[in-house]
Parts: sequence; structure tokens; C-alpha cells
Amino acid sequence: MKARDLVELANRNLREAMLRNSLTTLGIAVGVASLVAMLSLGVGLQNLASERLSRTGLFDAIFVAPQTNLNGFGRPVRPANAPAEPPRPLDEDARHQIEALPEVVEVYPEIRFPTEIRFAGNPYPTVVAGLAPSARSDGAFDGMKGTYFSSPSADEAILQIDFARELSNQPDTLIGQEIVLRYAERQALPADTAGGNSGGGFSIVPREEKLRIVGIVETEPAAGMGGFGRGRLLIPLQVAETLRAAQATDLRDLLRDKPSQRTYESLTVRVKGASQVQGVEDALKQMGFTAFSLLDATRNLRLVFAVFDLLLGIFGSLALVVASLGIINTLVMAILERRREIGVLKALGAADRDVRRLFFVEAGAMGLLGGVFGVLMGWLIGRAINFGTNIYLTRQQLPSITIASVPWWMVAAAIAFSIGVSLAAGIYPASRAARLDPVEALRYE
Amino acid sequence: MAPGNQIAIRAEQVTRHYQMGDTLVRAADNVSLSIRAGEFVALLGSSGSGKSTMLNLMAGLDRPTSGAIFAHDRNLAEMSSEELAHHRSHTIGIVFQAFNLLPRMTLEENVELPLRLAEVDRGERTARVREAVERVRLGARLTHRPSELSGGEQQRAALARALVNRPTILLADEPTGNLDSATGDEIMLLLREINESMGMTIVMVTHERPRAERVAHRLILMGDGKIISDGASA
Repeated sequence: MKARDLVELANRNLREAMLRNSLTTLGIAVGVASLVAMLSLGVGLQNLASERLSRTGLFDAIFVAPQTNLNGFGRPVRPANAPAEPPRPLDEDARHQIEALPEVVEVYPEIRFPTEIRFAGNPYPTVVAGLAPSARSDGAFDGMKGTYFSSPSADEAILQIDFARELSNQPDTLIGQEIVLRYAERQALPADTAGGNSGGGFSIVPREEKLRIVGIVETEPAAGMGGFGRGRLLIPLQVAETLRAAQATDLRDLLRDKPSQRTYESLTVRVKGASQVQGVEDALKQMGFTAFSLLDATRNLRLVFAVFDLLLGIFGSLALVVASLGIINTLVMAILERRREIGVLKALGAADRDVRRLFFVEAGAMGLLGGVFGVLMGWLIGRAINFGTNIYLTRQQLPSITIASVPWWMVAAAIAFSIGVSLAAGIYPASRAARLDPVEALRYE
Repeated sequence: MAPGNQIAIRAEQVTRHYQMGDTLVRAADNVSLSIRAGEFVALLGSSGSGKSTMLNLMAGLDRPTSGAIFAHDRNLAEMSSEELAHHRSHTIGIVFQAFNLLPRMTLEENVELPLRLAEVDRGERTARVREAVERVRLGARLTHRPSELSGGEQQRAALARALVNRPTILLADEPTGNLDSATGDEIMLLLREINESMGMTIVMVTHERPRAERVAHRLILMGDGKIISDGASA
């Protein structure tokens, strides 16, 4: 029998016992809904965790340093039998070379220096940190007071809340006010002024810079190798670089051949996504630098969620297993009811495989319909969970989140799974129907 | 149309035994017969004589315990179940005493069913259904369900369904068993007409000898699974 005829006959048969088939289909739908709701919760929580973690900038970032710098971390500088070459400096050339790598979004240095600011005539010692443009998407700025920097080159500052409290009992009033940043600028000296050395040197000159406070942040943005506790006064990285403020590592440059040429202690390389981290990390190592990322931590996180999803999927599938028993029951009942009809079909020329396929199509159709309705129900349950969760979070004055997520792959997989389970449930009834002796079946009253 | 010399059905020492508990039922016991193409044969006998068993064997619905049964020189006993299904679909048309129309289908859909099973192109089906239905004079009842038809109409519809695939052999199992006398006569005449106009081989199981004598070329009387007599009708 041709596929279209099979589908038409199956459709007719399903409509014949509408109530029973609808209830069976509903059973499948409930099973699929349970599965989808469970998995959507797992996926939603995974997405939420991944999103929050990726917004910290730790999981799509690679930290690069000259090979000697990270010796202290227990990493071998080079193989013991390798020729002794000076490690490649992490200078401006290296930065440009890294920026040119495919998949690299931005490369920025860690700029952090102790300094002093003046506000309302009083000095306040603090640590200034430069914020890369990508830091804006950092979750740390979600609930900030005021605004983020108006541009990457704006002479603006964001204060960490504890530091803001040192400046004023009412930190909110600081927004819009000016502070004066006092810092030591590093100025390169001509070669002949540095005592005749061929490499030249630099001098330290005190400077002042006016900054306008635009925001106050509750938590400290955690990015770069410095990570937590990196700075209490945050300025755009571009501004921080322009200041050419002397940093603790500058003394090391004096020992190099070209002390006037600045090198970086470390650079943070941000890539397009976590999946590109490994490739770029390998490329950086090839270039002669030490590079490491928190990719392993991401892998462990994925493993945890994979197990979590598996467990949720197993619990969700139990309802589908029960539903599949409903399919078997419905189809076995259908064989008993349609015994004579099966005999007639065989007498008219239906092969065993035609009868088997007919029952399979009926089981598959129930699986398809149950799958579609189940996904819809599961999606609605997910929406209800999101809605309820966000009402609670709003009352707790917390930002809204998506806790249950139904991606397209889950829709397709749930429907395919539903059809698969239904077809599996149809194997026994379909085989039994196909094996019916037509003479016996025609005799059946 | 007079029967030809070609053999449509040939049974060679066909035996069909059933085990019912401790009892061995010899439904067909060493039966041999030949039916020529275009012949109208009535299988007569009382209940349990083995006539329906022989019909089922000829239809390929059942297999002999031993012996061989040929339809157009192909041994049904050696066919696979797929080949038997093809045989039932293309070579055989069957009419039952209880009509066996599918109640939820219209007359047109019932008659179309063998065409679906035989994978006949959709474009050709409508014409084939019309042709079969017109032959049994039910052209005006195409959209009616079996429950809306009289007994005679239902049997005619079953005949149309049996004819729609243009089989060469028509097997009828007590086709008038559920009908009143007048309607039964009408069906008999229709069978005769089909036999004569289409040259179709017909094997009809019946226990109504007078009726069979009026339409069949040949009467085969069975009893206890054996052929008791075999001869031309009066």
C-alpha cells in the first residue's frame, strides 16, 4: 500500500475511536510535557549559569603573559634541553600580532595602579583600574547606580560602593561630581640622558586628571588576571592607557635592552566564544607566550549540567513510558475490535506488512500529535515557571531571569522521541495484527 | 461465454487438517479437482463438508496440510505470504456471505479499498470504481454507507469490490446466505451475468442446490472433506 493511502486509512481508523485515541494521545502529551518541562528547567538553569559566568568575562578570555612571568605557577618555561633564549617580551608588537589572530575580539592590558584622588579638598588613597569596552556586558554593572561610561575615551569614573562611602555618607550624591586623580606618569627619556646606555630609560612625573563620577557599582567587576579586588575607582581602559601611569612592573623594563619601550605584564585576550578559546590559546603558545584560560572549569560545568539534564530527562521520561503502555493498550484493543476488518483487508490483498504498517502509522500519528501537544504543554509549564519565579524575584527586588528554556532542538527532539516511543510501543500490537490468520479473523464475530 | 480449455484452478490431493483439542478434523481430505477458465462451478455440501475450506485454499487465505493447489499454474502452497497477498489482490475476487463491507466507509470507499491495496494510481481509481459499481447497478449509491444499503445492495457492493481489480477468478462463499429468496436470485443472476459477459471463472460455495443448478455450469458435491460427486448442472 502506498504511504498516502496508509496515512488516509490510519487517519480514518483514529477518528473512528476518537475518544479512546484522544485520551491515549493526551497521555502521550502529558508524558512529553513532563519531559519537556524537566529538560527546559535543566537547559534554562544551564543557560542562566553559563550566561552569568560568561558575563564575568572569565570563560571567553585567555590570559597571556611572557613565559618567565608565570614560572611561579609551576609551569615549565621551556624544555630543559631547549637552547637558552630570552623570553619574548609582551610588547606593543606582540599585542598587535595577537589582535590580528582570527576569533580574537579584543586584547587589552591589565592596568591597575595605586594612586590618590582629591575630592572636596581631601586626599583619598585608592587603586585605579582600567575597564575594557567588553566589561560593560559584565553582570557587575546590572544594578549599578548612574550610568556606564558615555564613551571609551570619556574622562569619567565609576566608583566601587565601599570607596564611594569613604568619599560621602550619601554615595548617590556623588554622581555627577568631579574628582581629581593624582598619579605618576611614566615619560620616556632620550637614550643619551640615561647615563649613556644604549636603551634609554624613563622618568616619573606627577600629573593630575579631572574625572566626572558617572556611576557607582555594588560589586567589583571580575576580569583579567587580577580578578577580584582589582580596583575601587574604575576608568575606561583607553583613558587609563593614555595616562601612561607608572605601574609596579615598570622597574623591570629598566633592566631590558630598550627600557623606554613599554612591555605588558599580562594581556587579556577575549575571543568570540568559549568554543574558540582552545584554538586561540594554542596559537598564543605557538607565539612564545604563556597562555591559560578557565576552559577546564567550563568543561566541568558542562559535565555537571549534562548529568543534571540526564537525571531530569529520566524522571521526565517516566511519564512517557506510562503513556507508551497506553498506546499498547489502545492498539491491542483496536486489534480485538478490528479483527474482522483485518481479515477483510487480508482477503482483499493486504500483505502482512501492510497491516503492520497501518498500525505503525496509527501509533506514529498518536506519537506525533502527542509530541506536538506535549511540547506545547511543556513550553507553557516552562512559561508558568518563569512567570512565577520572576514574580518572586521582583518582590525580592532582584532582576528577572529565564529559568526554563525550550530551544528548537528540544522541540524537535521531544517530538522525535515521542514518535520513537510510540512506534516502539506499536511494535507488539502491529506484529500481532500482521500475524492474524485471515480465516480466523473473518470468522470472528 | 463458454468455458475454455485452460485450467484456472487445479487441486492435487489437497488435504487440510485441523487439530481441535484431541480431535483431528479432516476439513479437506485428499481432494483433487480442476476448474477451467471461464467455468462457473458450485461447491455444494452441508455444513462441515469442506467446501468453504476448499474456497479458502483456492483464495490463498489458507494453506493445505499436504498436496498442491494451483491457480493459473502457480502453486499456492509454495508461495510466500507476500506472494499470496499479491495473488488475492490481483488474481482473486472474494465475496462473503456476511458481505464484510467496512461500516465506516462509503460504498465508493469500500469498492476503492482493493485498488489502494493493489497500489493502483489514484487517477485510474475513480473510473475503475465507477465501472465496477455500474456493473452491479449501484451507481446512484456511491456515497452511502453500508448501513444505508439493503442486504441485496450490500452484496452487490461486495461484488463490485471483488470485481474492481479485474480478477480472473471470483470466489463466492454463500453469497445468498444472508438474503431473502428474491434478492438471492437477483445476486445469482448477477453472478451468471458476470461469468458470461466477462468470462470470469466463478467458484461459488452454497448449500442451495436448486439455485446453483440454475446458474452454474458444474456442481461439485462435497461431504466429510471429500468430493462426493462432480458433474455438469442439469
